[in-house]
Amino acid sequence: MIWNETKECMSRDQMVVLQNARLTKVVNRVYHNVEYYRKKMQAVGLEPGDIMGIEDIEKLPYTTKDDLRDTYPFGLFAAPQSEIVRIHASSGTTGKATVVGYTRHDIDIWSECVARALTMAGVGKGSTIQVAYGYGLFTGGLGAHYGAEHLGATVIPMSTGNTKKLTTMMEDLGATAIACTPSYLLHIAETLEAEGRIADIKLKSAICGAEPWTEAMRIQIEDKLKISAHDIYGLSEIMGPGVACDCIHHTGLHVYEDHFLPEIITPETLKTAASGETGELVFTTLTKEGIPLIRYRTKDLTSISYDKCECGRTLARISRFKGRSDDMLIIRGVNVFPSQIEAALIEMGETSPHYIMEVDRVNNLDILQMKVEVEDRYFSDEIRELEALTKKIERTIRDAIGLAITVKLVEPRTIERSMGKAVRVIDKRKLV
Amino acid sequence: MKQLSVFLENREGRLSDVLRILAEKNINILSLSLADTSEYGMLRLLVSEPEEGKKALRDNGLSATLTEILAVKMPHQVGALQNILTVLCDAGINIEYMYALCTGTEEAALAIKTSDPEAASNVLERIGVEFFR
Repeated sequence: MIWNETKECMSRDQMVVLQNARLTKVVNRVYHNVEYYRKKMQAVGLEPGDIMGIEDIEKLPYTTKDDLRDTYPFGLFAAPQSEIVRIHASSGTTGKATVVGYTRHDIDIWSECVARALTMAGVGKGSTIQVAYGYGLFTGGLGAHYGAEHLGATVIPMSTGNTKKLTTMMEDLGATAIACTPSYLLHIAETLEAEGRIADIKLKSAICGAEPWTEAMRIQIEDKLKISAHDIYGLSEIMGPGVACDCIHHTGLHVYEDHFLPEIITPETLKTAASGETGELVFTTLTKEGIPLIRYRTKDLTSISYDKCECGRTLARISRFKGRSDDMLIIRGVNVFPSQIEAALIEMGETSPHYIMEVDRVNNLDILQMKVEVEDRYFSDEIRELEALTKKIERTIRDAIGLAITVKLVEPRTIERSMGKAVRVIDKRKLV
Repeated sequence: MKQLSVFLENREGRLSDVLRILAEKNINILSLSLADTSEYGMLRLLVSEPEEGKKALRDNGLSATLTEILAVKMPHQVGALQNILTVLCDAGINIEYMYALCTGTEEAALAIKTSDPEAASNVLERIGVEFFR
């Protein structure tokens, strides 16, 4: 099934015409409504009239997370507050969140995109879907929820945190679809398996995202639950989940490029990468009103293909992600930058800033452990004090990144000092 | 009296490393106590040369500090320790930790880390308690 055949199966020529028109419109919008963008364009001698279509995209300056931070909270908004109907936020590098706003039209487009993704996964009117992403500032919960309602499915807004209630309702209410993080779904699958309840559920498909996962993991989920599992991609800066999703052929994620114009650049040179080459994914929002972003650098590494898919869609496809061009980690769906941890430790000032963080996946849940060196200056010979210090570090880090962490004190100078960029994080999850 | 405190990770050979370093510097261990948690241990030592001991351990990459403790002499009889604790308790002084000292004589002895070493030593002196200095 295809939700919007007109848009999803457009010929390349028609798509380019549509993108050209929408790009010139959004460039005009940000030039006239967003001082920050106007100055950025003027600095390189650019006027809206210089951008005639997507061929001119390379003339435009990039946008990064730093730009969002510098203009916190509303500096990049292109609509007056009276038009904004929703705010979402994601974690930032310095403890401050990045704030995004949506007009009613933005919410409609978002719902439309999520509906397309759900349709790809076989969800439709008549389906019952459990949305088990967190509801709140995080875009996952409400994004999937509105999309599923738009589609006409019956939505069960589970949110996260109670696996027992989730599996009970999945069985009792006959849920046929679920939207959650892949690691959580694998955890659910294993819980059901251990209780011998796989045969009792009616689940047919899953739309998983908000964190990286492998093809092997996707197949494992499909095999365990006897369902079709799909990878949904998105980021709050661009919209939220529903920027791209893979169809039943699983040969890359279809980008809804009538709304989000994708580019692949070489992060070292910032030049457009050669066709088919792996590089950093960059998006320009073509229809967004609340906070349209021009050439936003996602830092996600992938490649892009414009070949027609077997499913009939002509939308460009991005390959599974091959990593990040920065050191951001996604842990339990939360974006974590090692620099946040370092800053928190230095600010706390009761330990050396030397630490090493290990991320592992135990029973399909991400576990964070941090080793911190004791320092003679702060060292106490009382166990009680050392335990208090451990707890304090745990609390400080939890407040900084929003994730629970276990701290282990180690002897001084036992954490390797590397030349140049220190290796602070060991990711043992093998996601790429 | 100065006690040498050493932070030890729970891994093979760490205690032995400490003892070797001290032995190489010809530092004698008079008494020893080891407090352990699941992640690490706290080794507390009374040694012949605490300052040199600390330096030697730090030079070898260990975290070591000196802590002021009271080394209390006690008669070897029923109720002697109880006496001492009562006095400290009445004075509102907290005991952070304590352990028995090896004296090699007929007398018993005790290492005590209190919340207020000076006050503790004053109240104990008042009842005629003697210390190793």
